[in-house]
Amino acid sequence: MSTTATTATTGGRAAAAAGALPGAWTLGLSRGGLEIKQFVRQRDAMIFTFAFPIVFLALFASIFHDSVENTGVTASQLYAAGMVAAGIMSTSFQSLGISIAVERDEKVLRRLRGTPMPPAAYFLGKVWMVLATGLAETAILLLVGSTLFDLDLPSSAAKWLTFGWIFALGLTGCALLGIAISSLPKSGKSASSVVVLPFLILQFISGVFIPVNTIPDWLLNIGALFPLKWMCQGLRGVFLPESAAVLEQAGGWEYGKVALVLGAWVVGGLVLCLLTFKWKNRRDG
Amino acid sequence: MTRNAVEVRGLRKQYGEVTAVDGLDLTIRQGEVFGLLGPNGAGKSTTVEILQGHRERDGGEVGVLGADPATAGRAWRSRVGIVWQDESAPAELTVRETVEHFARYYPAPRDPAEVIALVGLEQKRDQRVKGLSGGQRRRLDVALGVIGGPELLLLDEPTTGFDPAARRRFWDLIRLLAGEGTTIVLTTHYLEEAEALADRLAVIASGKVVAEGEPAELRSRFGTGATVEWTGDDGVPRSVATDTPTRTVAELMARFDGEIPGLKIGRPTLEDVYLRLTGQLVPTTAQQPEDAR
Repeated sequence: MSTTATTATTGGRAAAAAGALPGAWTLGLSRGGLEIKQFVRQRDAMIFTFAFPIVFLALFASIFHDSVENTGVTASQLYAAGMVAAGIMSTSFQSLGISIAVERDEKVLRRLRGTPMPPAAYFLGKVWMVLATGLAETAILLLVGSTLFDLDLPSSAAKWLTFGWIFALGLTGCALLGIAISSLPKSGKSASSVVVLPFLILQFISGVFIPVNTIPDWLLNIGALFPLKWMCQGLRGVFLPESAAVLEQAGGWEYGKVALVLGAWVVGGLVLCLLTFKWKNRRDG
Repeated sequence: MTRNAVEVRGLRKQYGEVTAVDGLDLTIRQGEVFGLLGPNGAGKSTTVEILQGHRERDGGEVGVLGADPATAGRAWRSRVGIVWQDESAPAELTVRETVEHFARYYPAPRDPAEVIALVGLEQKRDQRVKGLSGGQRRRLDVALGVIGGPELLLLDEPTTGFDPAARRRFWDLIRLLAGEGTTIVLTTHYLEEAEALADRLAVIASGKVVAEGEPAELRSRFGTGATVEWTGDDGVPRSVATDTPTRTVAELMARFDGEIPGLKIGRPTLEDVYLRLTGQLVPTTAQQPEDAR
């Protein structure tokens, strides 16, 4: 091959490459479809991801079902609302925290980094997957909660709207936290322990497993630093009658504060991800 | 635009106290198949990872397709194909889904069906990746490395785990890509592979290039001398490394009446050259020339 010919080919191909790189949005959609396909095909993992909050809801709401004094609600209703919040966090925080750590360990991430795929496409794909699984999980929990455990679905559009923004902000914030924590485990094998423990603790101190009016204030204040407490509180506001607000730490649903804390986690989580995200394991340099 | 696909000057990389790459120089011309040979820990993989842009270097200059891999962007990545040493593709997808999906990342990809056929996986195209054998997965890795139609293909130990037939087919694939003008850089443990494929070779030891050139040239430059083997009077096999085998044989003829038992004269193979260059040559039955006299 002569010098001129070589240069011409290289230049031509380089120009074509620069002009026609596929966009992040399109690739993000394509990756989202792929992520959902993989999730659904991993049947055992899918069943457990979905079953976890449902089993806990069934257990807690069956064991504790008495009416709560002066509130007009039953313990089952409290659990149903809290478990919807926990379901949102499990499909976002827990599933991303574990799956990304495993993908990093198995060098799926490093391989992607070796292609011209824009990093944003990877995250968009995760967003689509989390959105799909989060919606499915929430739908199942609402169905189980409303048919078996007296959970009242909101009747007004305003309440559904409230539900909508709590779902969106909570899911996004928890997803970003999940992406951030995925960098913590040293290997894919240790990922589930590293991710599940903080999630379990948060479920105890945020009003999922134990009603907020029986949790000591100092523990509740620690829980208040994280999104789950506010998701639970906001969703109780959506699914419980006004009379139940007396159980809350502040005696009300505090929607403004809910929005503020969840919004802060979305921004903070994004910054955390951008600062800490790694495409490779520590030992891969 | 440089005429050389890869230019490396004084490359250095430390891992803590260990110096993996120690002032390495490489020039790889566009369109050639270049083999990097060296024992484990010689710095081959580190060097290739730096060329891929996946490892930071501590010193030296690196140019790959005219850009510094440490800072090159998406357009550059679309021109470089990578076949990793230890890889896993998403287990739940089929071969076809995986290859077709990766094709979407590139501005001008090859035809996925054609690439699947090239690596010999057309029988397995609808099988999930988790059901593939080790060798079949490596072939899928190769498919993902070439799907973007790269100008430069970097392969780290590409045929590890291949059976002999798969290795031959892989060689054909490399020759085909080389025939299309793709520059190919591969690291390998297999001397016969390097000899069969590479236009030029560099032997790396302790993070430096200790020899570079065409395989035949390396053999004649570093593989001087010969080995004369025979069986002694006591029935013990002897061997002598010498630059003058004819004289050794003449001396032996004087000693033995008629046939020299078990006589064999060996010229060094590329493997001998490689082992000598990398300081791994272990003397086995070699004895001092004086014994022959």
